[in-house]
Amino acid sequence: MLQQIRTLILKELTLEWRQKYALNGILLYVVSAVFITYLSVGAKQGNIGVPTWNALYWIIILFSAVNAVAKSFVQEHQGRQLYYYMIASPESIIVSKIVYNAVLTLVLALLGYLVFSVILGNPVQDQGLFLLNLVLGSLGFSACLTMVSGIASKASNNATLMAILSFPVIIPILLMTIRVSKNAIDGLDWSVSVDKLLTLLAINAIISATAYILFPYLWRS
Amino acid sequence: MKKSWWKILTIALLTYTIVAGLLLDVPRLPILNETIRALYFHVTMWFGMIIMLVVAVIYSIKFLRTNDLRNDDIAIEFTNAAILFGVLGIITGMLWAKFTWGDYWSGDPKQNASAIGLLMYFAYLVLRNSLTDVNQRGRIGAVYNIFAFAAFIPLIFVLPRLTDSLHPGNGGNPGFNAYDMDSNLRLVFYPAVIGWTLLGTWLSVIRVRLKRAERKIEDKLINQL
Repeated sequence: MLQQIRTLILKELTLEWRQKYALNGILLYVVSAVFITYLSVGAKQGNIGVPTWNALYWIIILFSAVNAVAKSFVQEHQGRQLYYYMIASPESIIVSKIVYNAVLTLVLALLGYLVFSVILGNPVQDQGLFLLNLVLGSLGFSACLTMVSGIASKASNNATLMAILSFPVIIPILLMTIRVSKNAIDGLDWSVSVDKLLTLLAINAIISATAYILFPYLWRS
Repeated sequence: MKKSWWKILTIALLTYTIVAGLLLDVPRLPILNETIRALYFHVTMWFGMIIMLVVAVIYSIKFLRTNDLRNDDIAIEFTNAAILFGVLGIITGMLWAKFTWGDYWSGDPKQNASAIGLLMYFAYLVLRNSLTDVNQRGRIGAVYNIFAFAAFIPLIFVLPRLTDSLHPGNGGNPGFNAYDMDSNLRLVFYPAVIGWTLLGTWLSVIRVRLKRAERKIEDKLINQL
C-alpha cells in the first residue's frame, strides 16, 4: 500500500515535470491574478487594509487551487486510467492524488504569498502560524478538490461543475483558514487560534475520510 | 385504506399546528413578542429537512452497497423534498429576522451557512442532471450526496457555534429550550416537527411511485421495439 502510494506520487511528479507547460501555466495564473487584484484595488504598497489583504489572498489561492486540481483526473487518457485501475487499489490512488495536490496547492500558496508580499506588502506578524495555516489549508483544499474533480470528471461540462460542486463544500475550510490567517496577521497569541486550528484539522479529517471511503465507488464506475 | 393512517395523521397534525400555532397562548418576551410563533414553522421545517436529508444519505449508502435503483429513487426524492423545506425554512427565517433583527438578511453566520447548504444541494441536482446514464447518475449522485452531507454537518452545526451569532441557540444566546418554561411551546413544537416530516415523506413517496411508473412504461416501450 505505502509502496504503491509512493510510486504513484513519483509518477505524478514525473508527469508534471515532463508537461511543464501545465505547471508553468498555473504558476503564471497565480502571478497574473495577484497583479490584476493589485491594479483593480488600486492600492499603493501598504495602503490596503488587513482584512482586504487576507480576503484577496485566500480568494486567489482558492481559484488557483480549483484550476490546478481540476485537471487531476482528466489529464490522462481513459486507457491509462483503466491500466491504473488494474494495477493499483483505488485507496492508494486517491491518497497519492490528495498528497500530490496538497503539495501543489502549497507551492501555489507560497508563490502567491511571495508575490503578494512584494507587490501588496506583507502585514503578517506571526510567520509560523501563517505557514502552519497554509499547510493545513492546502491539505483541506486538496482533499476536497481532488474528490470533487474525480466526480466532475465523470460528467461533461467539467469546468462549471467543478466550481459549483466544490465551492459550497470547501467553504467551511476556507472560513477557518481565513480566520486563523487573520489572527496570524494580527500577531495574536497562539492560544486564540488553537480551537480554530483544531476545528480545521477535524474538518480536514472528515473530508479526507469521506473521500477515502467513497472514492472506490466512484473509481469503479 | 389500511396504509393511509399516517396520511390522515399528517393532515391532522398540520391542521393542529396551523390552528394552535396561530391561536394558542405564547410566552410574552421582549423583542420576540408574537414572532416566537415562527418556532412552529421555521424551526420545525428545518428539523424536518435534516431528518429527510439523513434518510436520503442512508438510502444513498444503501444504493452504493446494493446497486438497486429503487434505493436511488428514494434518495433523490427525499433530497428534493428536503430542498423544498430548506427553501421554505430560509424564507420563514428571513421573515422572522425582518421583525426581530430588522433586516431580511443581516449576514448572520447561521443564515449564511444555511444558504451555502442549499447551494450544495442545488449543485447536487445539477450534477445529477448532467449525467445521462441512469446507473452512473445514481452512483455518482450518491457519492456526492454523502460527501456533501459530511461537509454540511460541520457547516450547519459546528461553525455557527464558534462565532458570535444573533440566532437563538448560538453565541451565548439561549436556544428555544430557555423560552418554553411553561412547556406551552412544546405542545405544538413536537407535533409540528412530526407533521412536517410526514408531509415531506408523503411528497417523496408520491414522487418515487411516479418515477417507478415512468420507468416501467419506458422499459415497456423499449422492449416493444
